[in-house]
Amino acid sequence: MANSILQVENLVKRYGDVEAVRGVSFAVEEGEVFGLLGPNGAGKTTTVEILEGLRTPDGGRVSVCGLDPQRDSSALKHEIGAALQSTSLPDKLRVMEALRLFASFYKRRRNPEELLKRFGLEEKRNTFYSQLSGGQKQRLALAMALVNDPKVLFFDEPTAGLDPQVRREIYDIIEELKREKKTIVMTTHYIEEAERLCDRVAIVDHGKVIALGTPRDLKAHSGGTTRIEVRLSKPESNGTLKNLEGATDAREVDGAYVIHSKRPPQTIVSLVKHLEAQDNELVSLEIASPSLEDVFIEMTGRRLRD
Amino acid sequence: MTNFATLTRMRIQLTLRNRMFLFFSVVMPFGFFFLYAGVFARGIPRAVQYFLGPVLALTVMGSFWGLSAALVMFREQGILRRFHVTPITPSDMLASSVVANYVLTIPTVLIEFLCARSIFHVTHFGDLVSAFLLITIGTVSFASMGLVVASVTNTMQETQVINQLIWLPLIFLSGATVPLASLPQVVKHVGLFLPATYLVTGLQSAIYWAFAPWSPDVLLGLGSLAVWAALTFFLSAQLFRWEPESKIPRRAKLLAAATAIPFLLLGIWENNTNRTISLAQAMYDSLNAPAKPDASSGKTP
Repeated sequence: MANSILQVENLVKRYGDVEAVRGVSFAVEEGEVFGLLGPNGAGKTTTVEILEGLRTPDGGRVSVCGLDPQRDSSALKHEIGAALQSTSLPDKLRVMEALRLFASFYKRRRNPEELLKRFGLEEKRNTFYSQLSGGQKQRLALAMALVNDPKVLFFDEPTAGLDPQVRREIYDIIEELKREKKTIVMTTHYIEEAERLCDRVAIVDHGKVIALGTPRDLKAHSGGTTRIEVRLSKPESNGTLKNLEGATDAREVDGAYVIHSKRPPQTIVSLVKHLEAQDNELVSLEIASPSLEDVFIEMTGRRLRD
Repeated sequence: MTNFATLTRMRIQLTLRNRMFLFFSVVMPFGFFFLYAGVFARGIPRAVQYFLGPVLALTVMGSFWGLSAALVMFREQGILRRFHVTPITPSDMLASSVVANYVLTIPTVLIEFLCARSIFHVTHFGDLVSAFLLITIGTVSFASMGLVVASVTNTMQETQVINQLIWLPLIFLSGATVPLASLPQVVKHVGLFLPATYLVTGLQSAIYWAFAPWSPDVLLGLGSLAVWAALTFFLSAQLFRWEPESKIPRRAKLLAAATAIPFLLLGIWENNTNRTISLAQAMYDSLNAPAKPDASSGKTP
């Protein structure tokens, strides 16, 4: 903890009467991709923007690269790179001009040409910002976050509002940065994103960290059961499904039966045998491995995306 | 310093790519120029020389429109936020706006002088050093006022409303459109509280009567506008907001109102001495007096 590149202790931020961040604590190690996962309005962006020095906290302690984002704001800005949410560039600024301009602000700089190539924007070098697609704008935003070769990168909802294919492009970019051992703090409300990209995840809800760990650990802690969802031709009583081999729980949800199991193959075999005996038929069957969504539901009783 | 320089270059580039700029910095000033020189002055060189002061004052004062609008748009669209995570400071951002605007205003001013010379055959332009100094300080001060407007408004619409409210008295009560001397007595006295009045009269005394930079009337304009520029720029840096959703602090409107203090004090003093009104009157009278051979050579009568 003492050597962590980024530390947050008991962070509090209020907007008027609303407490957006209510005592958030975590630490990020060098070379780690750390995710803040939670629904919109959970306080993720506020937390990250305090770390970037854009907002003033109302309580708690924060340290990034050994610096206080409030007191040492100008020194810190040379050490961090950020792709913000709800930001933009002047319409009539060209891609290459934007990279060169932002690079010029820093003592330590990366070659804008190299960034252009790496983020696949070579063909767009002379295109006005306003003429870029959503994905290209986001790629430029990530490239711009790297112009000063920062020690810590902040990506706030890097794929929000992008279509699935473009989202995967952004994942590839972040995975490449991860291989280079860049320290990244990212926020997201996509489970898939957090599971795929993050070494560790803090699940945030209503301004608090409700769970923190590697995606694997978090899922293991939540019982680690697999979800089996079946539709049957005839109704079945819940009680009997709960007694299937390996099953820990069974519930009827919107006409389907959701069975949680620790040993899915055995559960399915015993389900099929049971249905044959009852002269019932299987209409559909879906198996889902445990996800962070299940963790979230378990902790809050709500779905992550509602 | 280098951040300021690169930002300034970007602002100039962006402005030149903007079609609105063409209107505010080219179409509007030259519209005024030809209206004044061709219609008000009826193309008479001596009269064109007289009206050059007000025309240049309008060109210079127009700075605050573009500046306030550009800054509010930058904030509204979240462009300023992006600069906020870089080592850029509010002063870098504001100073680059002011300087970029200055660099873009000077060519318009020069072309106005050239048109006066080549199209309307004005041969004497009075004291060009005085004129240049007044244009410089005037451009900087009105640009800084634009920055203050940007700091106390949240949306483009609000900004444009405030701009209109400021612009109309500035141009109609200062002698920039109707000569101060021919305004009703009450209006003249109100005009003495406006920075525009000292810019217009100062420029007119420099160009029409060739007042030197150290003459009291030019100095009054230079000094008062310089104090005002420093105050408005300082306050705009204090009130600067990067974030679109950050609220305007209550003290902001109070501080913005404080920018009126220098000309409030000067206005009270001027209303007692009548110095600027008499100067404007004297220049106006000399324009309407039968032409003397030395009147257009820029000598004080």
